[in-house]
Amino acid sequence: MSQVFILADFAGEKCTKTTAELATAAARNGTVTAIVLAAPGAGVALAASVNHGPIANVLVVESADFATHGVPAVADAISQIIAQKSPTALLIASNAYGKEVAGRVAVATDSGIITDAVDVAADLTATQLVFGGSTTVHSKVSKGVSIITVRPNSIEADLSDSVPTVENLSLTISDSAKLATTTSSTPPVKGGRPELIEAQIVVSGGRGTNGDFAAVEGFADSLNAAVGASRAATDAGWYPHSHQVGQTGKTVSPQLYVACGISGAIQHRAGMQTSKTIAVVNKDPEAPIFDLADFGVVGDLFAVLPQATQGVAAQKS
Amino acid sequence: MKIAVCVKQVPDSWAEKKMVNGVLDREGVDAVLNDLDEYAVEEALRIVEAHGGNEEGGAHSVTIISMGPERATEAIRKALSMGANDAILVNDAALAGSDALATSKVLAEVIKSGGFDLVICGTESTDARMSVVPAMLAQRLGWAQLTFASSVSVDPSANTVSISRTTEAGVDAMNAKFPAVVSVVEKINEPRYPSFKGIMAAKKKTIDSRDLAAVGVSAESAWSLVADSAPRPPRAAGVKVTDEGNGGNDLVKFLAEKKFI
Repeated sequence: MSQVFILADFAGEKCTKTTAELATAAARNGTVTAIVLAAPGAGVALAASVNHGPIANVLVVESADFATHGVPAVADAISQIIAQKSPTALLIASNAYGKEVAGRVAVATDSGIITDAVDVAADLTATQLVFGGSTTVHSKVSKGVSIITVRPNSIEADLSDSVPTVENLSLTISDSAKLATTTSSTPPVKGGRPELIEAQIVVSGGRGTNGDFAAVEGFADSLNAAVGASRAATDAGWYPHSHQVGQTGKTVSPQLYVACGISGAIQHRAGMQTSKTIAVVNKDPEAPIFDLADFGVVGDLFAVLPQATQGVAAQKS
Repeated sequence: MKIAVCVKQVPDSWAEKKMVNGVLDREGVDAVLNDLDEYAVEEALRIVEAHGGNEEGGAHSVTIISMGPERATEAIRKALSMGANDAILVNDAALAGSDALATSKVLAEVIKSGGFDLVICGTESTDARMSVVPAMLAQRLGWAQLTFASSVSVDPSANTVSISRTTEAGVDAMNAKFPAVVSVVEKINEPRYPSFKGIMAAKKKTIDSRDLAAVGVSAESAWSLVADSAPRPPRAAGVKVTDEGNGGNDLVKFLAEKKFI
């Protein structure tokens, strides 16, 4: 049976659901080994948290270089592992970090790469939704190891318990992967809300908020949702750019997307139209965003959202 | 200090895009300089301007590098009209439909032969959106990788460059010696509009057009193949209600039915 490697994804000390999603996709093709890259001394705890999803083996590499030298050091370690173990495929989470690691590993191992897959079949055919989700593409790597980055939240994870065997591997990171040095790291400011691209529910605000995101945030919090914003809202300085959803911002594909006061220009639709369910609140009944809506309310978000926030609270109590 | 800026001509963000024979149809759409590359051009110009400017024959220069058909000269002229010194376009029919691996290979060869200290890129193109070419370039060149920069500062006397790397994982302060590959995020700066003088001057600037033989690489077979592509069906029409005092409750009812609450 073929070997498929995944790069385990962590939030702090905890293995994320994304890891189980990668494992679920990888297990369709072969036996799954999760690579755990850790700071010296941290490997045992991180490896122990990899206990959900169809993962047979965990491969732990400890090095201070991962934190100090970032993506190049991580890619160097993975490339060395691939040279030693010859897996069929490597699956990595599709975020800025994961895509850069995948890109460097593809060059180092002369392998093909497919990014932003929303599904991976047993024969390693990847499904992508391109051009803002307007087109479905199936493609396959034709050279070397199949390197595929998979969007979080796209694959339903098998979260069954697993007790993988753990192997420790000792590697020396190449000097050419240590050319840039990290001198300080500041974790993202967490407002207690979930990460935008990993969230199950996203509530976004646009021009219609007139700069007041309180109603959008209140409704988001009632649903334990992440908050997004249109380019109009971030360009106006109403909300941080890190929350921008759209062609030049983040692409999200949550179970539920609620667009509030957003007209729905292509720019924005490109970042959210693959959401499973879309709800819309907008004053303008002609707004193009209604074309995407499973449920739309024509109305003022400052009236509709507070009522809905109360309604959700009442349902939950 | 010699800076190269990699740019790409892409279909206008607002255009409807479609696939023909497994690749993006670029013929029938308006083409523009990739939005996100304008920030890279602007940052390169600001870096040289902070250290005495890029007058012809001076110590600093900004060279635009692109790969694409003849038509890509339009995007290159825009970058030149902003103030870059000159440009190199790799134009070869064998490169049509190139993926990120092929693109990075060609760009790396051009960069290697140019004696550059820094390469600056946008974080991604608005068409393919892979966001991997800068990292691939750094790997191929064996240069330092300083990507997703929300600020860049350069010390030409010490040959060092420092950035703030800003991603969903937070902000990292990073530095490296020249040569380095830098990618800049949107909003690192406000790209300038080309002045009339800049537009006129750009017409006289040199675009050095090279084919693959001149670059010194051969076209490779693809690293990945598209099996099929199809437009996704439009979403089925949903329910639309007008708020007459109960819109919020209607929304809650819908969300409860769909088990989101």
